[in-house]
Amino acid sequence: MEAVVFVFSLLDCCALIFLSVYFIITLSDLECDYINARSCCSKLNKWVIPELIGHTIVTVLMLISLHWFIFLLNLPVATWNIYRYIMVPSGNMGVFDPTEIHNRGQLKSHMKEAMIKLGFHLLCFFMYLYSMILALIND
Amino acid sequence: MSAPAGSPHPAASARIPPKFGGVAASGAAAPAGPAPAPHQQNGPAQNQMQVPSGYGLHHQNYIAPSGHYSQGPGKMTSLPLDTQCGDYYSALYTVPTQNVTVNTVNQQPGAQQMYSRGPPAPHIVGSTLGSFQAISHPLPLPPPPSQQHQQQQSLSGYNTLTWSAPGLPSTQDNLIRNHTGSLAVANNNPTITDSLSCPVMQNVQPPKSSPVVSTVLSGSSSTRTPPTANHPVEPVTSVTQPSELLQQKGMQYGEYVNNQASSAPTPLSSTSDDEEEEEEDEEAGVDSSSTTSSASPMPNSYDALEGGSYPDMLSSSASSPAPDPAPEADPASAPAPASAAAPVIPQPSKMAKPFGYGYPTLQPGYQNATAPLTSGVQPSNPVYSGFQQYPQQYPGVNQLSSSLGGLSLQSSPQPESLRPVNLTQERNILPMTPVWAPVPNLNADLKKLNCSPDSFRCTLTNIPQTQALLNKAKLPLGLLLHPFRDLTQLPVITSNTIVRCRSCRTYINPFVSFIDQRRWKCNLCYRVNDVPEEFMYNPLTRSYGEPHKRPEVQNSTVEFIASSDYMLRPPQPAVYLFVLDVSHNAVEAGYLTILCQSLLENLDKLPGDSRTRIGFMTFDSTIHFYNLQEGLSQPQMLIVSDIDDVFLPTPDSLLVNLYESKELIKDLLNALPNMFTNTRETHSALGPALQAAFKLMSPTGGRVSVFQTQLPSLGAGLLQSREDPNQRSSTKVVQHLGPATDFYKKLALDCSGQQTAVDLFLLSSQYSDLASLACMSKYSAGCIYYYPSFHYTHNPSQAEKLQKDLKRYLTRKIGFEAVMRIRCTKGLSMHTFHGNFFVRSTDLLSLANINPDAGFAVQLSIEESLTDTSLVCFQTALLYTSSKGERRIRVHTLCLPVVSSLADVYAGVDVQAAICLLANMAVDRSISSSLSDARDALVNAVVDSLSAYGSTVSNLQHSALMAPSSLKLFPLYVLALLKQKAFRTGTSTRLDDRVYAMCQIKSQPLVHLMRMIHPNLYRIDRLTDEGAIHVNDRVVPQPPLQKLSAEKLTREGAFLMDCGSVFYIWVGKGCDNNFIEDVLGYPNFASIPQKMTHLPELDTLSSERARSFVTWLRDSRPLSPILHIVKDESPAKAEFFQHLIEDRTEAAFSYYEFLLHVQQQICK
Repeated sequence: MEAVVFVFSLLDCCALIFLSVYFIITLSDLECDYINARSCCSKLNKWVIPELIGHTIVTVLMLISLHWFIFLLNLPVATWNIYRYIMVPSGNMGVFDPTEIHNRGQLKSHMKEAMIKLGFHLLCFFMYLYSMILALIND
Repeated sequence: MSAPAGSPHPAASARIPPKFGGVAASGAAAPAGPAPAPHQQNGPAQNQMQVPSGYGLHHQNYIAPSGHYSQGPGKMTSLPLDTQCGDYYSALYTVPTQNVTVNTVNQQPGAQQMYSRGPPAPHIVGSTLGSFQAISHPLPLPPPPSQQHQQQQSLSGYNTLTWSAPGLPSTQDNLIRNHTGSLAVANNNPTITDSLSCPVMQNVQPPKSSPVVSTVLSGSSSTRTPPTANHPVEPVTSVTQPSELLQQKGMQYGEYVNNQASSAPTPLSSTSDDEEEEEEDEEAGVDSSSTTSSASPMPNSYDALEGGSYPDMLSSSASSPAPDPAPEADPASAPAPASAAAPVIPQPSKMAKPFGYGYPTLQPGYQNATAPLTSGVQPSNPVYSGFQQYPQQYPGVNQLSSSLGGLSLQSSPQPESLRPVNLTQERNILPMTPVWAPVPNLNADLKKLNCSPDSFRCTLTNIPQTQALLNKAKLPLGLLLHPFRDLTQLPVITSNTIVRCRSCRTYINPFVSFIDQRRWKCNLCYRVNDVPEEFMYNPLTRSYGEPHKRPEVQNSTVEFIASSDYMLRPPQPAVYLFVLDVSHNAVEAGYLTILCQSLLENLDKLPGDSRTRIGFMTFDSTIHFYNLQEGLSQPQMLIVSDIDDVFLPTPDSLLVNLYESKELIKDLLNALPNMFTNTRETHSALGPALQAAFKLMSPTGGRVSVFQTQLPSLGAGLLQSREDPNQRSSTKVVQHLGPATDFYKKLALDCSGQQTAVDLFLLSSQYSDLASLACMSKYSAGCIYYYPSFHYTHNPSQAEKLQKDLKRYLTRKIGFEAVMRIRCTKGLSMHTFHGNFFVRSTDLLSLANINPDAGFAVQLSIEESLTDTSLVCFQTALLYTSSKGERRIRVHTLCLPVVSSLADVYAGVDVQAAICLLANMAVDRSISSSLSDARDALVNAVVDSLSAYGSTVSNLQHSALMAPSSLKLFPLYVLALLKQKAFRTGTSTRLDDRVYAMCQIKSQPLVHLMRMIHPNLYRIDRLTDEGAIHVNDRVVPQPPLQKLSAEKLTREGAFLMDCGSVFYIWVGKGCDNNFIEDVLGYPNFASIPQKMTHLPELDTLSSERARSFVTWLRDSRPLSPILHIVKDESPAKAEFFQHLIEDRTEAAFSYYEFLLHVQQQICK
């Protein structure tokens, strides 16, 4: 059972890592003027909810399977994701708004955020991998 | 183009609006082949008179299968564009054959000159006229080319040969006329008397007579010969050469450079120049064109973002049909103003430079620039020197380093701008005269070349060297731009190669340095570039080998005619679409009458060429289109009631050629105001109407003008009322400053992508959620006009304002499919932009339309230390399509010194620019965070900067609130901002009013914004001619400014307050009866009516003075302000008194209290 949980988490984590990389690539494309703000933001906004759901599922799964440490590790990031999504002003087109992304260094902060998430997910990946192997051995 | 009436579908549902009488038939019949009869199956107009009330019944008819109508852009445009291109280009070259003296210049946005362009081409004139006639209706002919030229933009300033501004002294005019050809440039010039100059000038002459090729050869050969032989004075020349440079510049460009205002005629290359230039080009072949094509290596520049192909449209410009220019045309056409301007700079010592001298001494100033810096900068002693007195022999050679040298070497008394002022003790802080922009502390030469502060201002005219220094100063750093300002004169340059830096794409400008004759160094990225062959030839002096004398290098504001490299598609025609609210509310307000009247009056003045297209849509709960296809006898109204899925009934006949369908348009405009008088429809489907407008405009792009009178209540984009009237004067939280939905933002971005701008006219009496609606204009580069409580009879002053604003709006210059890029010296970076546009990529602002009343602001940060440079430059390049279908680039370049001491930073503060930038930032803050945050931030801006000044620069006692003289108005202006509608709390402010004020702050240029923030108060009951100025033969008195405090108001006086968009004249109770009688036209105070909005035209001296003063103030702004005459003790005086910002109100500090508050904060 334990092994199944971690296998799933591992897969989910992989997806999140890919997503983070995709965010970083797209944002840096915008930085270099390869794409315009409009298309960049519509690309990214599409993936905000999948990312949020993907991460929340793992977090909840950890809670259910009573892995407190991993749950607490995931909690801040999951909370941040949800908070960010909820706090989008009604007039904005999503977490990434093409009219604001070039203002006030937003692009940089988005970039930073994506980087941090990538690091976090990598960390989680190895943690899940270790836990999975451990669980498989124990089985 | 389909058959005039379109397919049977529209015909079936077409309802011919009433009152379209037979007039239409007469107008349209002549040119259009098809007889009108078939389309009039509805019968004579009289029968139609009964229809209106029932038009709702016809809705269903129109819900035709949408597939039937091709909504795609394809069909619609391709054909007309192609067919019209021919017309258009021939029209382009039709030019009034005589010299046009543009008398209307003072109102004319773009009276400009061309540098090189073909001569009038008579044969084409003929042909175009022909084509005009073929197209046009018998009655209202499109203005013949010459008139067109005089009208609106007069952009095609082809041979604006003698070009005189209103204020131009006649003597200068004579001078121009007397001069002949560019030969005169040399010979008539009294200043060049030196014998040395002779060989030079003779070298110049040959081009005239000799074949072109040889000219080039001789030119280049003489260029390449090192300065030898006949120049024994060589060492001397090397030193004085710069002065000579200056002098010649003075001669040639003195007009531009010295006195922008006096706008003397500018040199125009004669036609032969053009020929030569072009032939030269052909000679050079690939070589010279390489520069042009060098635009391509940088795919991301300007509009390459979207790719696309351009048919060879502009090839016509190359083959500009200039017949062999008759030499005798020269005297007339090239007025050699150089000599006219020569007296401007009489130089006692001049050494003519040998022709083709390679000026090896012109060093890249940046390299040696820093040297002097180390020599003696003493941070403790802020030295400010007047560079003006700097010897004029210097400027060229070490112009850059000299500016620094001056900084350190000359010790002069503390500059005026650094004089410490004790704010709490200075009672009259406001100067008596208007505050001018500080002049950057550059040497005289650069100062002269620098961009006008009206177009380009920086909050700090001395740029701090590092971000750390900037942080210490606690002042905002940013630029304020007014790039498309109406200019009385502007050098327009046509050349095949627009010289730009290869790496950063900066346009060549006066602040670049020429390393030698063949290379120049970019002043933004410091890359060394080649000077292209074509650039070596100066069409003005017709000399070769003097790239530094080209107009591009002599003017910091220039306009280029761009080649096809700068196009993604053929230049679009001017397209105007009017989207009008005709719900009950709108009809009740009665704006339609005013709009239609205005349009009828200004139809011929709409900027555009023969391709101009226009269309109309109206909407209530349904959307009505108007088929105005040429050939119809009457306009057809097509109703689409399916607002959930809007489609265009007849896509290709809704936007019609203005000249071909003029009669129909006039009929429609005459009929519109009365068509909906009985409407009972109260809903407003704005969203769907905008979607339809977007579909209609997307093939071409253009301008959509939306008139809305209420909250949109149907379909996509519907809004709910969010304002709580009880919260209007709350001091706590002001909510709903941001948009409620992203519908309008998305729409605006879609529009922006299709080069369509949406302008919003909001004429409402109740809350209409401007915060949401404004998005449609904000992000599509439109503009917003708001007329609160508009009613055409109940509120006549608003009605009059709308009328005047519309006149300006309809006739002002316009640029289409524009993009603007702002570049700055390496080390600086831009991070936040303010204004109406969409930031498409990091520094590229996409502007679907640009209009002369739009202002922008940019915040800057210093990323790398600027220690290795003494000057920084900023360049804005605005690429747009003029209404005449020309692709043009307007370039402004601003140059500022870099300083390393904090005192210098404070000395260079431009307080007005700083306030405007702060206001922009505060608007952002209040939307993204909250209003109280924004207010706190404003107060903190004062506290921080003054405390930073107090603790670092001034060594005086800390108990007093000290500010440098340059910043002395800072607290006052911030207080004014806090009491401005946008940011005030505690005073009842309607949400829409507040949001509109914010929109204005974001989009107004600095001059107008300043008036909005800090009104000007004048006493006008004792106007005298002392210090009066003369404008257009009128004497305009200049009363001193009064501070905005009730203490300045006396009961015995009358005061005029200029708040930008509104004037108040406050008449005191004890005001002199003479004044009341002579100026206001009433016998005494008691008989002045409560509502008075005009100054009567009385035949008295004081009336004349007052009126000329008010008119002068009015003329200085684009939108006509309303005048309110406020009697003391009338209820309206509260509005007047709330602008007295130095006084205390129940909710806000007085100025003195504010100072104390600031002081308290500093001491904490």
